[in-house]
Amino acid sequence: MKEHETLEQRLHEQGVSRRSFLKFCAAMATMMALPPGSATAIAAALAKVKRPSVIWLSFQECTGCTESLTRSHSPTLESMIFDMVSLDYHHTLQAASGFAAEQAREDAMKEFNGKYLLLVDGSIPLKDGGVYSTIAGRTNLDLLEEAAKGAAAIVAVGSCAAFGGIPNANPNPTGAVAVSDIIKDKPIINISGCPPIPAVITGVLAHYLTFGALPALDNLGRPKAFYGETIHDRCYRRPMYEQGKFAKTFDDEGARNGWCLYELGCKGPTTHNACATTKWNGGTGFPIEAGHGCIGCSEPKFWDAGSFYAPLPAPAADVTTVAKAAVIAGAVAAVVAGAIDRGKKTKAQQSREKLTVDDLKGE
Amino acid sequence: MSLDDISIKVADLHSIGSLDALLNEIASHLTRFIATGETAMIDLKSLPFSPAEYESLRTALGRGEVSARLETIGDSELYETHYSGVWWVTHYNVEGDVIADLIEIAEVPAILHSQPEDVRDGLERLQHTLSQTK
Ligand code: SF4
Repeated sequence: MKEHETLEQRLHEQGVSRRSFLKFCAAMATMMALPPGSATAIAAALAKVKRPSVIWLSFQECTGCTESLTRSHSPTLESMIFDMVSLDYHHTLQAASGFAAEQAREDAMKEFNGKYLLLVDGSIPLKDGGVYSTIAGRTNLDLLEEAAKGAAAIVAVGSCAAFGGIPNANPNPTGAVAVSDIIKDKPIINISGCPPIPAVITGVLAHYLTFGALPALDNLGRPKAFYGETIHDRCYRRPMYEQGKFAKTFDDEGARNGWCLYELGCKGPTTHNACATTKWNGGTGFPIEAGHGCIGCSEPKFWDAGSFYAPLPAPAADVTTVAKAAVIAGAVAAVVAGAIDRGKKTKAQQSREKLTVDDLKGE
Repeated sequence: MSLDDISIKVADLHSIGSLDALLNEIASHLTRFIATGETAMIDLKSLPFSPAEYESLRTALGRGEVSARLETIGDSELYETHYSGVWWVTHYNVEGDVIADLIEIAEVPAILHSQPEDVRDGLERLQHTLSQTK
């Protein structure tokens, strides 16, 4: 296996123009929730990086996370997966099978020891010696521990890998646990959601490539740029909530008028994710836009958190005054600044200097 | 029962306030642009707009005299709005999904400029062609 070339070399070989690359970087900036003017800085950084080796292990899962990623927008899929990283092992997507496939994984682990990114989707069953999920005769636990040893960092894709997810729900017959329950000595980034937003998966990879480090994480190990605020903070129905206009059933006048779904069980106020702005299906919409409350799939234990249709116990206590002021008064800065984590970027924007990747670091 | 029997009402959410906030933001960027020449960009995908508000923004900004189209890794549509110096830039991927939706305050959107790397490449190709026809 030869050392991977830089992204710039690879794109140039393929006849991709600089202008196309800048367009791609503009999309990346949007995806990473960075200031849109940072496309040039991102381009400069990305041009120089060597494409890292990526090993993707799928454990106890439904393949929804891979579906989510492979249905994501094209610069993310085609360029991210096939140009920006070298996906050396993914048992659903790779052409090789059987011994050749396992050999590819072992080769990548040896060749890029200490440098590869390990992506994991699915939880890991521990009960009865881990027999409930095995690949090539080896348990998920065994494979995870082996692959984690040489990884630079681990990305837990989806709520199952991040928090145990549905396999971990009551009564958890297989003893399923999250990656972070097993691996304690590596940086782990949790991209929760069932499935997670594809742009968030690729946005995190892009961040790693651009900055050579993982993005800032919240207390549950999730990237703040995407999980820093609740669905409720950024929901377009929020003014209805503030005005006390609540739909009482899914087909009443309120529901037809687009009123708040709080009383119909919306978990938006306690759910941290980027659905309200990043949206789904190529930016078409998100569940609340389709008239259904948020079910809270990016939070731990979401499946056991009571009925999806029972209202949350009390009015949300974690309503940030910033977001409230923004919606009520239409405060310019707060609305335009986006996620809370954008404060720093706004500062960089306001300092009126040319952005470099260093300015963007630590986001 | 046919589809027409299902009544559809377009929600009127115009008065939410985010639209005014954004227009004010654009005005302040324009003021700075006039004073200092400094360009700016606003990422529309980061704003919690309802579909109705998004449409109102289109109406509020209108269309001006210039439009352009990039054909690279999917199309991109660029046009100057009714307010000179305020451009609406939408990048699509090959499947036609919006991958970036920006308001750019500038003389010309940055991506329309020929890129030095591409110009150098072009010259090389031209010289190569010329050397072959000698
Ligand atoms: S409760 Fe749900 S529908 Fe209502 S404003 Fe919050 S997130 Fe939106």
